[in-house]
Amino acid sequence: MSYEAPASDHGDHDSPYEGLFGGDSDHWAFGTDFDDPLAGIEAAIPDGADPRALAQYCLMLGDDALVLSHRLSQWCGRAPELELDIALANIALDLLGQARLLLARAASADPSVVPPLPGSSDGLPSPVPAEDALAFFRDDRAYRNAWLAEAPNGDFGQTVARILLFATARLALLERLRASRDAVLAAVAAKGVRELAYHRDFAARWFVTLAQGTEESRGRVTAGLAEVWRHHDELFRAHPVERELAGAGVAVDPADVAGEADAALATVLAASDLPWPRVPQAGQLGGRSGRDGAHTEALSPLLAEMQSVARAHPRGRW
Amino acid sequence: MTGAYAIAAAVTDPELPVLTLADLGVLRRVEEKAGSVTVVITPTYSGCPALAAIRDDLVRVLTRAGYGDVRVRVELSPAWSSDWISQRGRQALAAAGVSPPGPAPSRQGGPVPLTLLPARRDLRCPRCGSAAAELVSEFGATACKALYRCAGCREPFEHVKEI
Repeated sequence: MSYEAPASDHGDHDSPYEGLFGGDSDHWAFGTDFDDPLAGIEAAIPDGADPRALAQYCLMLGDDALVLSHRLSQWCGRAPELELDIALANIALDLLGQARLLLARAASADPSVVPPLPGSSDGLPSPVPAEDALAFFRDDRAYRNAWLAEAPNGDFGQTVARILLFATARLALLERLRASRDAVLAAVAAKGVRELAYHRDFAARWFVTLAQGTEESRGRVTAGLAEVWRHHDELFRAHPVERELAGAGVAVDPADVAGEADAALATVLAASDLPWPRVPQAGQLGGRSGRDGAHTEALSPLLAEMQSVARAHPRGRW
Repeated sequence: MTGAYAIAAAVTDPELPVLTLADLGVLRRVEEKAGSVTVVITPTYSGCPALAAIRDDLVRVLTRAGYGDVRVRVELSPAWSSDWISQRGRQALAAAGVSPPGPAPSRQGGPVPLTLLPARRDLRCPRCGSAAAELVSEFGATACKALYRCAGCREPFEHVKEI
């Protein structure tokens, strides 16, 4: 074998656009163009796990991340400080990365969850990665996220309270999910734990700062906490799919991490001189929760915004 | 002949261009077989947008070097740690004005501890060497960096986060 080494790599980046488009005209507009973000990970379904249940579970975890990621991205350009704007965008990006992997795993476990492209009766193969199709072409009733993720942002205090609640519960959950018998879930969890530790610390520090700040900031963050706390119990209520897969060593029963999560929340509340909130908990819709596809009125407008470009140009390329 | 590994290892990170993929620790391995080559990389953070650019760069330089069939695979496990940045990489970061990471936090099981006060990092301003640096934000212009301000020379600088 004989190959010539590249003479020089200079010149590749003379134009940033060349770097973006260089030689590859096949970019679909909405993905990051990896054929399979899970390549190289053991994709077999663990013994004793129902692939359809595994897919539903991945949608739950993935949709939580995707929907909150979009909510946080709505702060872009509007946060109280530039640094906070950047922080919220960073957290949104981490969650989007987690969502991408989890939605891809949902599709690989049960391809029937992937919706067809809008108006696709032409028989052409879809250029859209499965995880993108799941994000952009599902209606609200196919989303499996918790209501906490879709709730409106409110002010910055309420957003901090929401991230605190969300990241605390998710960190405790992913911490244990690292031991999942599903190799993909275990790998996603191991990466996610490190990211969520930063998210929780960010929210906890700002929560205490606002609570111990001025009368105005304390009032706002307390009101924001009361608003999002309605969804506290929801995060730790196990859905039958979660219970079934937890029994198979694939999922984590969220009820099992409630104590650990509450301990972290209690630390933040104590540092804030605030009592444990006594707030009526959000109910369910006819016995159905976000995990069953029943959602509050906040989700549809969010999806309409998030999906509008993809739905208008389902085969769009750049 | 320059082997495929050496070519892939010399590709630089688009967001930290002073670091090669090898120095950043995201290059897992390169498998060479009869003119075809598979490069295995790992993302720093789950949502790292540099991954697609890295993939395109790898395909371009290896194709130009004569490899007909170039594939890039992403592996998530084990998760990347800032501890994997090489000594040479750390020196390159500091020389470019970016504070290199300290040791990543390690734990022996149990819940991740909540830290209400920012952990004090043992770092120095990469410009003036002062140890008096103030954390501005744990989140910077890219997923992997925090933002600091030097109390000595008053210049802001970035710090690669421990993860």
